[in-house]
Amino acid sequence: MNKCYINGVASITAQPTTNGKFLEDIISYNDIIFKADNPNYKDFIKPSAMRRMSKSVKMGVTASKMAMEQARLEMPDAIITGTGMGCRQDSEKFLEKILYDDEQFLTPTLFIQSTHNTVGGQIALGLQCKGYNLTYVQSSASFESSLIDAQLMLTEDSNKKIVVGGIDEIAKTSSKFHILNGELKQQPIPNLELLQSKTTGTLLSEGATFMVLDGEKSTKNIAEIVDIEMIYTASIEETKKNIEDFIARQGLKIQDIDAVILGNNGDRQFDTYYQSLQTSIFTNTQQLYYKHLIGDYHVASAFGYWLTCNIFKHNNVPSIVKMNNLEVDEHKNILLYNQYRGENHSIALVRKC
Amino acid sequence: MSKGIAITGMGIISSVGATVEENLHSLKAATPGITRLANIETRHRDSIMVGEIKQTNAQLETQLGLEKENNLSRTSMLGIIAAKEALTQASINDIEAHRTGFISGTSVGGMDMTERYYDSYNESLEYIRYIETQHAGSTTGDIAKYLGIKGYVTTISTACSSAANAIMLGARMIKAGKLDRVIVGGTDGMSKFTINGFNTLMILSDEECTPFDEHRKGLNLGEAAAYIVLESDAIVANENKKVLGYVSGWANANDAYHQTASSSEGEGAYLAMKKALNVAKISPEQVDYVNAHGTATPNNDMSEGTAMTRIFGKETMPVFSSTKAFTGHTLAAAAAVEAVFSILSLQENIVFPNLNFKTPIADLSMTPQTTCLEKELDVILSNSFGFGGNCSTLIFTK
Repeated sequence: MNKCYINGVASITAQPTTNGKFLEDIISYNDIIFKADNPNYKDFIKPSAMRRMSKSVKMGVTASKMAMEQARLEMPDAIITGTGMGCRQDSEKFLEKILYDDEQFLTPTLFIQSTHNTVGGQIALGLQCKGYNLTYVQSSASFESSLIDAQLMLTEDSNKKIVVGGIDEIAKTSSKFHILNGELKQQPIPNLELLQSKTTGTLLSEGATFMVLDGEKSTKNIAEIVDIEMIYTASIEETKKNIEDFIARQGLKIQDIDAVILGNNGDRQFDTYYQSLQTSIFTNTQQLYYKHLIGDYHVASAFGYWLTCNIFKHNNVPSIVKMNNLEVDEHKNILLYNQYRGENHSIALVRKC
Repeated sequence: MSKGIAITGMGIISSVGATVEENLHSLKAATPGITRLANIETRHRDSIMVGEIKQTNAQLETQLGLEKENNLSRTSMLGIIAAKEALTQASINDIEAHRTGFISGTSVGGMDMTERYYDSYNESLEYIRYIETQHAGSTTGDIAKYLGIKGYVTTISTACSSAANAIMLGARMIKAGKLDRVIVGGTDGMSKFTINGFNTLMILSDEECTPFDEHRKGLNLGEAAAYIVLESDAIVANENKKVLGYVSGWANANDAYHQTASSSEGEGAYLAMKKALNVAKISPEQVDYVNAHGTATPNNDMSEGTAMTRIFGKETMPVFSSTKAFTGHTLAAAAAVEAVFSILSLQENIVFPNLNFKTPIADLSMTPQTTCLEKELDVILSNSFGFGGNCSTLIFTK
């Protein structure tokens, strides 16, 4: 099978993750919902174009440019994006106008920008990229859906250079609805104490993570996505078996996994999926997490790939992402596992190049 | 010609019928499903014509035997009905017998419920169960759970080409051996959001739409769900499955011209058709019939017609028609609806008519097939284009 290499990765999150440092400066929040730490978008987007851009588009275009710069890629063959909610700010504004202005005085701009594929379309338009363009909206497996497509494309043709990204934004009213239905915490908690939380629900944020994938071996390769699997629903017991089977399929044993990056989001009810792994198959494996830093949202799991690539690049693991005290000299194989409320599980193996 | 990926089942619910059989009957009888809106309260009711499925949500809930406290959107319910029919036709009883995936396209998702209950969420707890339907992937999840599919489940949202991309992805997954079988297609319910959205773009017709006509006034919004079942050659051989047709070519390209409008030279459409023919190893002359996107907006039909002329040549244009005048433009479901129609065309050897056509577009002088035409059909090309410059083409063969 052809290989799938990561040649560039960039992530805009609630933390300063675009300053070239590896989680040296950490922002603490005390909110249920907190926004992305904005990079200087003007460095990447012309002011005339930026005026019409929603947050998602700004974050997506900027993160994609950052990843492409890193990979020294000017024109990709394909642009594949994932988003749970799409351009929810513009969707919400358009919907509120329909509801509160009795379907009058509407303008097309909000509708035009409300479709889920707006970011993918805008990146293509900006680059004049006429190649394959797709957008996935599969909740917390949206980004992983994009990765699976990209991996499939490299299997078909290893010459392809593919921009893959995940984007989700917060909207004023509809994001707060998730407090009402219990997906989010009922009271603010300090984000850095997420795992000490004894309650259900999580913290919501927003962001964009983009990568450049390439089938060819070169000095640009940061890491290799060896394999990735999505499983829509699974019990805790099935999950353990799914992960064991996944590792075995790679010809590896649990002890070959140098670190596992887990999607713990402080939800007492569903973090049991992770805890049962932490206390069984991964007791002797370095355990890492990140949602206390960047919050949870449908494409938050994409940050796991940023984290992985930076661990490889810096040969160092910031203590703030560690869940146990195990030390590793040099990371080679990192396993990523994520789920949201027991659904949309994803398992991936990423290897250092 | 490449052999393609076997299609073993299909299911559909649209404004011209709640089953494949009913849709076929309407197509053969040239009976359109374009009417005034009945199920949605909107001030635009009398100024637009739509391809609406007349069953109410309550009727759909009863048909599916759902609990009263369910949180399924109309999009989910329509999807379940169509997907169930597809599985039945493919004689799939044990969904877990093979590595089975589900790929669904949607653009509306649960918007119909969001717009209905948005204002109530802060006031009462009664409808908060619908909050989850805000993300489009929830509709795919509803259908997957109903069918018992637990493995690879994903949702594509590239506006009006979503289902074409779902069918393409499914075919690629089977070809690469990543799945043994996959249910692919799309679903979109009618919503006030899309009615108003297309209305602001001023591309909704107040009459029955007239694809490829010089005097076309715009599209009729529709709602539908349609799915097809794709299975590996191994399953087809081992289980002696009846094959309805093959998905033999597929491609996706981006017009990279404008967020919603298509370029005048139809570059994205041209690239999609060209690449799909390459994948299928088929030359343009081998195409027996084109099921066009043909939304009847001034922009689409001009752009698509230009692209078709570039591919096939003015003098050697194959028989073509748009079936949008039957069903309306069913957005993310459109390509799946037209996939089912294309397979029916292959099976019945009938080109379904492009209704309401009178005058060719002056700059194109292309005349679609306006009556049912009996003709031996081996290769059908189907186009679907969407916002964001998304252009997709599928090729179906006997």
